[in-house]
Amino acid sequence: MNGIRHDDIRHDDDMTALLSTPVDAGTLSRLHRRLEQAAERANLVDVAYTTIDSPVGTLLLAATPEGLVRVAYANEDHDRVLEALGRQLSPRILRAPKRLDEVAREIDEYFAKHRQVFDLTLDLSLSRGFRRLVQTHLPEIGYGQTRSYRDIAELVGNPKAVRAVGTACATNPLPIVVPCHRVLRTDGTLGGYIGGLEAKTTLLNLEAAA
Amino acid sequence: MKQPFENVVAQHGATVLRVCRVVLGPHDADDAWSETFLSAMRAYPDLPETANVEAWLVTIAHRKAIDVLRVAKRSPLPVDEVSEAPTGRGVPDPGDSDLWAAVKGLPRKQRQAVAYRYVAGLAYAEIAEILGGTVEAARRAAADGLKNLRKRYPGAIAKGASS
Repeated sequence: MNGIRHDDIRHDDDMTALLSTPVDAGTLSRLHRRLEQAAERANLVDVAYTTIDSPVGTLLLAATPEGLVRVAYANEDHDRVLEALGRQLSPRILRAPKRLDEVAREIDEYFAKHRQVFDLTLDLSLSRGFRRLVQTHLPEIGYGQTRSYRDIAELVGNPKAVRAVGTACATNPLPIVVPCHRVLRTDGTLGGYIGGLEAKTTLLNLEAAA
Repeated sequence: MKQPFENVVAQHGATVLRVCRVVLGPHDADDAWSETFLSAMRAYPDLPETANVEAWLVTIAHRKAIDVLRVAKRSPLPVDEVSEAPTGRGVPDPGDSDLWAAVKGLPRKQRQAVAYRYVAGLAYAEIAEILGGTVEAARRAAADGLKNLRKRYPGAIAKGASS
């Protein structure tokens, strides 16, 4: 990408090699941490993110200064999710785990069955209109319980909007924390899930076994 | 499409640090690097999508290095006088001190031209824009810098001859 553009440079490869002094990973990560701190102090980090390991795979966690804005499963492709956040929110995106410390802790507690309710500030700015309305109501489904798409449609006062509720669940930007996994088909079958059916089953089993 | 800023740091962080080392020496390079990326992050949303990101970063690094040099000049402490003295900042010296002494001995413009040409791989037109002269002057500064460096640092000649 930053390729050398002229032939005349070839004779000077030795100097290029000599001056391109080694930069070890430790140096770069030390500088990165310093950048994270300085950028946070200067209010330049519009989106901070980190990744954590969980029983449902590696999760991407992203937060704006307003709150947690995105939880993404590995099957969503984290690089693409970050690119999308760049378009939707701001390209000032930095891997800055500190802002996500509390989120990561609560998710760990959830998977360790030490937590049933998330106590986090959410930024719902990725959703609008009816989807946002549905996502706002999903936390009303308690831990270990399930509802049908139809129940949710009735809950939000629009009993005919069953399909739209399905779409709202499928596009939930905050899975796990906003519990769209607790919404099933009326006949009790799983329906879809943003993280795949295996993840949905894992979450439902985890909560049922509590 | 504009990449998340994190990708910019990941892709260009090492090159920008190498450029800063040549322009400022290894001790001050970290500060210049930090100032460069902080400033770049501030301006990033306004960067045109078609811009050459590396040339843009080197331009910012150039300005930040001048700031660092200015501060160093005002500082009462002697800077990098004794090469065998430890850095005192916990930063390991990358490469050998003879090389840094040779680089430091170059006139500033030659040092900059060498860094932007041979470390960042920028075109002379881009370097001329950064240094504020003609393309020919940029080419000459890089060539003279290289010639002087070979003279001051015989190790390079040995390495060059053996290849």
